Amino acid sequence: MSFTPLHQHDDDAEREPTDREAFTPGIEPQATWCPGCGDFGVLKALKGAMGDLGYTPEEVLLVTGIGCSGKLSSYFESYGFHSIHGRSLPVARAAKLANPGLEVVAAGGDGDGYGIGGNHFVHTARENHDMTYIVFNNEIFGLTKGQTSPTSPMGHKSKTQPHGSAKAPIRPLSLSLVGGASYVARTAAVNPNQAQEIIKEAIQHDGFAHVDFLTQCPTWNKDAKQYVPYIDVQQSDDYEFDYHDRREASEMMHDVEDALHEGEVLTGRFYHDPDRPSYQEEKRAHGDVPEDSLAERYHDDDYEWERSYDLMDAHK
Amino acid sequence: MTGEIVWRIAGGSGDGIDSTSQNFAKALMRSGLHVFTHRHYPSRIRGGHTYVEVRADDQPVRARGDGFNFLLALGDSFARNTKEHAYYGNEQAKPLAENLDDLRDGGVVVYDEGLLDASEIEDFEARAEEHNWHVYPMDLRGMARDQGREVMRNTAGVGVTCALLDYPLEPIEKLMEDRMSGDVLEANLEILEYAAEQANQLDHTHDLRMPQGEHDSEQALVSGSNGIAYGAIDEGCRFVAGYPMTPWTEVFTLLSQHLPDMGGIAEQVEDEIAAAALALGASHAGVKALSGSSGGGFALMSEPLGLAEMTETPLVLVEATRAGPSTGMPTKTEQGDLEHVLYTSQGDSCRVVFAPGNQREAYEQTRQAFELAYDFHLPAVVVYDQKLSGELRNVDADFFDREPNPDLGATLTEEELAEAAHYATGTFERFQHDPQGAPEGVSPRSIPGQADGRYLASGNEHHPTGHISEDPDNRVAQMDRRMRKLAAIRERLDERESNQVRHGAADATVGVMTYGSNQGTVHEAVDRLVEDGHSVASLSVSDLMPFPEADVGEFLDSVETCLVVEMNASGQFRGLVQRELGTHGDILHSLLKYNGEPFEPHEIVEAVEGLGSGDPATAATRYVPAGSD
Ligand SMILES: Cc1ncc(C[n+]2csc(CCOP(=O)(O)OP(=O)(O)O)c2C)c(N)n1
Ligand code: SF4
Repeated sequence: MSFTPLHQHDDDAEREPTDREAFTPGIEPQATWCPGCGDFGVLKALKGAMGDLGYTPEEVLLVTGIGCSGKLSSYFESYGFHSIHGRSLPVARAAKLANPGLEVVAAGGDGDGYGIGGNHFVHTARENHDMTYIVFNNEIFGLTKGQTSPTSPMGHKSKTQPHGSAKAPIRPLSLSLVGGASYVARTAAVNPNQAQEIIKEAIQHDGFAHVDFLTQCPTWNKDAKQYVPYIDVQQSDDYEFDYHDRREASEMMHDVEDALHEGEVLTGRFYHDPDRPSYQEEKRAHGDVPEDSLAERYHDDDYEWERSYDLMDAHK
Repeated sequence: MTGEIVWRIAGGSGDGIDSTSQNFAKALMRSGLHVFTHRHYPSRIRGGHTYVEVRADDQPVRARGDGFNFLLALGDSFARNTKEHAYYGNEQAKPLAENLDDLRDGGVVVYDEGLLDASEIEDFEARAEEHNWHVYPMDLRGMARDQGREVMRNTAGVGVTCALLDYPLEPIEKLMEDRMSGDVLEANLEILEYAAEQANQLDHTHDLRMPQGEHDSEQALVSGSNGIAYGAIDEGCRFVAGYPMTPWTEVFTLLSQHLPDMGGIAEQVEDEIAAAALALGASHAGVKALSGSSGGGFALMSEPLGLAEMTETPLVLVEATRAGPSTGMPTKTEQGDLEHVLYTSQGDSCRVVFAPGNQREAYEQTRQAFELAYDFHLPAVVVYDQKLSGELRNVDADFFDREPNPDLGATLTEEELAEAAHYATGTFERFQHDPQGAPEGVSPRSIPGQADGRYLASGNEHHPTGHISEDPDNRVAQMDRRMRKLAAIRERLDERESNQVRHGAADATVGVMTYGSNQGTVHEAVDRLVEDGHSVASLSVSDLMPFPEADVGEFLDSVETCLVVEMNASGQFRGLVQRELGTHGDILHSLLKYNGEPFEPHEIVEAVEGLGSGDPATAATRYVPAGSD
């Protein structure tokens, strides 16, 4: 039997765009998203970005959580892992450590990512794993039928908060910046062109790229500002700031997060540090992770497994 | 009983009791003896009473003994003195006082006069006289201070021990030379010799002597946790993720120290949910991975455990149990998590659970756990306890295989994927209803990155392609297939040498059944009973899921009555036996212990002798008579 290497994506190679339709599953999955749902926008942007960057479906592992958002892996053709509520990040980052040649994308909802998975979110950002994390931010729990989520605004009424939420919404951009993410952006489903560009940039970034993706939920959150026309801060002269500078980015994010709840939707890239080594690089520099792909070694029947020293000696 | 020595060294946690006892045990092993250690320590880092027993014999030693016959009471250097000289105090007589109850008649006591004052223990002299103890006060602290440094008083204690037991210093000296150098080595060697000389000048009133023995082959001194870690390494595991929790930490640190140097990856992460999810993610990507924890942390792993069952991802978890519920007694042993390990997570359990009974089994069954997890695409849990995790015992060094096994189990190559019949639909059927060409119920997987192998692994119920489905017929087909794997695993295990160990009289009328780490203690008890003319045999069970119905049924059919020995308060293992067999309830009696300490052999001996009387063997145990099915 001959050894066929696993398909590994070389980030630095020049690539021709591939057909984005390659990322549409061969079999028709049950359509469970409501008509008009913002989640379609994420799917479209992700397919487009992968095609533009010249990926093939076997090079990609998409790990999702649970929620309407988690169904993304059903509609996107690649290796997929539909995990559990809040836990997409730890699954995804181990897969990336095990096989660095895989392009790893994790995705989930705002409840999934900022609520139940909040601990993993902060720590994945802190470690700066080389992966992309897309959070479908519809300011609501969709799949469980419209309960208040960590991003719902103060005063938001729902079946579980009939008197209106007394909690200020979480600040996902600031949180991931403080956590340690090296790429932080926000985009919106109502803006497909920007969304695709941002997802592309996030995928190309070598480090933890967090994209807060505003998605409308016409079923449970009719009055959300996800419908409001967005402003692309990079294209507007009114928002001058250096997105490579952590402090300026931080201040801008505060403004953006305040503005959202005053009805103004600002989008774009807010922070990008291309120089910070990813966790994998850092670990490699510490001699803590192999140079090659660990998964590849198992796959290669001829790989010579070595034992660096005799473990038993210490016990004799 | 043979001329065994059970040497107990007592002092404060953080005073080097652990390392001193390990070195002593290793020296004894190197000089040809069989050794076994038992560790007792409190849940604090420094100070507090701790002891370790080293049991040595020229015959194999399988367990902690009944009491001990040599006490080296070092004193607790962390006990605070209320008076001026602050650090070292001698008003804390604990290392001496607290260890007297289990000291056998005729035993030897050496205590550090520099730190302990025997006159503070009111009845000490009277008890010494009553039990014929031979007491040697020695100023170990003074000797250490004069010859080197005060902290080396442990070495002085070892020197005195050797002199009093007529044991040569060479093996200890050799060991010190292996581990130290320079001034530290010099000072330790001097103290060792000086202390031995001092002890030799005393008038020896006791007649204990260190036995002499010889091994046929080279030995290694290993713990249950060593067994698990090396089993994982030899089975090709190169990824570990964890979060510290006693006593799982021992496996976790060992793997973290070794894996990166062998081209593997070790990750300490934010919590146990993440830890198990990482192991799952790495395994999905085609790497052999392990995670684990102790009770509370394992509770958090319940989610990824179920996810592994549903996505059919190989996953090996370790559960090192301690006394519960909740945080319980962090440094005390118990077997109270059995049901937790078997049934935790939602839905019907579809996992393999092994409970190794000793260090060798820890190694072997960890290897089996990997083999089955990767061949059958399900989680396998190795459950053991605080007791086995820390017990050191000598094992043939050759026993460990040391050849990594990278076989990923039921995985297809790209060529096989392209040729697979089910690929005709254009979509790889990762979860076929009725797969052929693999172990029963197993639908072979692909590895991310392979052409033509793309699929969705979902924690929701799914079609053969992996897509989410609530179709009732598909549900039944998938559920049945997953459950079929357990039957196939049982068959595979039954074809091999059994993991259940029978011991004792051939046609016994009385049975003793246990699981996990009690094995050695039960064997010792059974040997004593048989020697005394009782018709007794034991069965120690390691396979908990799928349950070895045939082995257990056969054993229970062969005896008239059976004592089930386990370390928990509700008889969980006895419950499992009755649940699995549905018979024999009327002959199963329980002997339970749940005070945090492992069984001593005499407790089992007494319980068997008193079977039917309804009395517990000792104050520390509880007897629960037979019921019915
Ligand atoms: C441990 C756990 N708790 C709760 C749930 C139920 N649940 C499923 S999806 C969901 C919330 C989804 O909201 P969000 O993450 O915002 O995603 P959306 O559906 O809006 O895309 C919840 C609470 C679950 N599946 N698992
Ligand atoms: S409930 Fe909301 S989030 Fe879910 S599919 Fe419908 S519109 Fe989208």
